[in-house]
Amino acid sequence: MESSGLIYIAGALMMGLGALGAAIGIGNLGGKYMEGIARQPELIPMLRTQMFIVLGLVDAVPMISVGIAFYLLFAVA
Amino acid sequence: MATGAQTGSEYIKHHLTNLTFGKDPTDGVWKFAHTAQEAQDMGFYAIHVDSMGWAIGLGIIFIMLFSMVARKASTGIPGGLQNAVEIIIEFIDSNVKDTFSHKNKLIAPMALTAFVWILLMNLMDLVPVDWVPQLFHLSGVEYMKIVPTTDPNVTMGMSLSVFFLALFYSIKNKGIGGFAGELTLHPFTSKNILIKLILIPINLFLEGVSLLAKPISHGLRLFGNLYAGEMIFILIALLPLYAQWTLSVPWAIFHILVIVLQAFIFMVLMVVYMNMAHETGDH
Repeated sequence: MESSGLIYIAGALMMGLGALGAAIGIGNLGGKYMEGIARQPELIPMLRTQMFIVLGLVDAVPMISVGIAFYLLFAVA
Repeated sequence: MATGAQTGSEYIKHHLTNLTFGKDPTDGVWKFAHTAQEAQDMGFYAIHVDSMGWAIGLGIIFIMLFSMVARKASTGIPGGLQNAVEIIIEFIDSNVKDTFSHKNKLIAPMALTAFVWILLMNLMDLVPVDWVPQLFHLSGVEYMKIVPTTDPNVTMGMSLSVFFLALFYSIKNKGIGGFAGELTLHPFTSKNILIKLILIPINLFLEGVSLLAKPISHGLRLFGNLYAGEMIFILIALLPLYAQWTLSVPWAIFHILVIVLQAFIFMVLMVVYMNMAHETGDH
């Protein structure tokens, strides 16, 4: 197989698997957040900040993989 | 896309190349690199002039703006700028109070500086990708990358500074023995002194990895997010001009969230690491 073909597959894997992991993580996070605020609505402001921090942490990894995948697809291949 | 003669991948590579000043290995002269290959050949002893320049410039803007507001601050009805600055300072102050539970005068100002500075550097991402490089191109400078946080040297520099400060405060607050104990007697421990000795290398390995992973993930997280964002803006700029807004506007709006969130996360993690460096608890 050509090496450029392999680069496309690598990009697809990076984006797909990164999105998969982040989707599970953020789904979990959002679900727990909903449970938390349903139980104790008075904690909403505190929980929201904490949720956004963790959201940013989870979000970082797939974002990085998307960026690198785009670099591979458009600049290297 | 500004210049018609380039292909897409050349355009991307051009926009991702820093203006590099360094020593040319072929003739040993200190000069600006004219091609990406030249910039790469300069190796370690090269400096990214554009990243440094924009970062320092934005830092000066931050200091000037905040000190100007502080000097003019009034107890009467505050103006818009004073309100904004007060909101930012109170926001940082309450965050640091929540996360940092020890006494250190350095932490809150450092958190403020890191937050606003990174926010300003990230905001450069929202400037259309062709404007500034094209402007510099017209005045004869080949490369100009205006977002300092898309340069790993800048983000890793900041995260390593935080790391060394954390090491300094760890040793200062816990003593060398305390710090070494933290690295070697955790997470596995035992009552038996012999087993404890056997466990030391295992603990040192585990704790060492987690200690070194902190600055790396700290810096790479900021870099990766901004780099990916910039990359996507550059890709959008490859589209025909009439179609760009359909993608660039939603992405820019989403990116506003990323910009603020990443600056905030960098600041929070910094304060958390500092807090860990001050913990002299039951270890």
